[in-house]
Amino acid sequence: MKLDLAGKVALVTGASRGIGRAIALALAEAGAKVGVNYAASSEAAEEVVSRIKKAGGEALAVRFDVSQAGEVLEGVQKLKETLGPVDILVNNAGITKDTLLLRMKEEDWEAVLAVNLKGAFLCTKAVLQGMMKRRFGRIINISSVIAFSGNVGQTNYAASKAALIGFTKSLAREVASRGITVNAVAPGFIETDMTAKIPEKIKETLVSQIPLGRVGKPEEVSPAVVFLASEAASYITGQVIHVNGGIYM
Amino acid sequence: MSVEEKVIEIIVEKLNVSRDQVKPEASFIDDLGADSLDLVELVMAMEEAFGMEISDEEAEKLRTVKDVIDYVKSKVGE
Repeated sequence: MKLDLAGKVALVTGASRGIGRAIALALAEAGAKVGVNYAASSEAAEEVVSRIKKAGGEALAVRFDVSQAGEVLEGVQKLKETLGPVDILVNNAGITKDTLLLRMKEEDWEAVLAVNLKGAFLCTKAVLQGMMKRRFGRIINISSVIAFSGNVGQTNYAASKAALIGFTKSLAREVASRGITVNAVAPGFIETDMTAKIPEKIKETLVSQIPLGRVGKPEEVSPAVVFLASEAASYITGQVIHVNGGIYM
Repeated sequence: MSVEEKVIEIIVEKLNVSRDQVKPEASFIDDLGADSLDLVELVMAMEEAFGMEISDEEAEKLRTVKDVIDYVKSKVGE
C-alpha cells in the first residue's frame, strides 16, 4: 500500500496540540511538508515543527485564527511562499464551550460554530482554487462521534461537527471532477487537553461504554488521516471514517 | 492588449481550448466543453483580470464568448 506523501504540502489547523499535533507528525513522517497552524500556543507549535525537522522533515508554524478570513488568507499565502501550495488540508481546529442549552449564551454558540465550522469553510476556500488548478487535492475534516451520538452539554459542538459531515459530502460532489477528494474522520473519546476537562466520574461511565474498553490516543486517529491523504485512498470521497473504539457503530 | 483579446486569452487558458475555437458565438458549455466549475473559475479569472465583481445573477447570463466580451466592455469601457 502506498502511503508515501513525499513532495506534498499539508496544512493542519489546530496542530499544536492533541489530535492535530499527532496528525501533523504523522503526515510529516509519511513525507509531507507540513504547515503547523496554531491560534495561541506558539511554543507548542514550534515544538511540533522542531520535532519534524529533527526527524529530517520540513515544517512551518503559521499563526492564524481560522475564523478570520483575512488571517487565513495571509497564513495560506505565507505557507505557499515557504513550503509551496497546499495539497492536503486537514480542518482540525476545534473548540468546546460546553453547557446545557438552557444555560448556553449566544457567544458560546457563535464561538464554537465560528472555529469548528466557519473555520473549515474559510480554510477550504483559501486552498481550493489551487487544488482545482493542479487537479489534485485532499481535504480531510475532523468531525466527532458527538456529531452522530449527540451529547448532553454539547449542542453547539455537536451541531458544528455534524455540519462538517454535510459540508464534507456536498464539497466532495462539487470538486470530485477535479481530482479532489473530501472526507471526514470522526474520532471518539481521545486523550487530549480537550477531553482532560471532563470530570473523572463521567470519564469512567464513558469508558465503560467503549467496546474496546479504553480511551483512544491521538496517534490512533492520525493513521486514518494519513491514509485518506494518500494515493491509496484515491477512490474514496464523501466518506466518514469512525475512529472511536466502537462506542458508536 | 484590447479587452476582447484579453478575454479570449483567459478563455483559452482556463478552458484549455485552442484559440480558433473561441468564436464570438461559441457557447461555453455546448461548444467549449465547460462545466459549472469551469464557469465559476472563468468568472473569477475575469474578476481578477479586470478588477471588478461579477454577481452570480450577472454571471448566469454569460453563456457565450460574445456575452463575456460585451459584459466586460460595458463595465470597464473601451
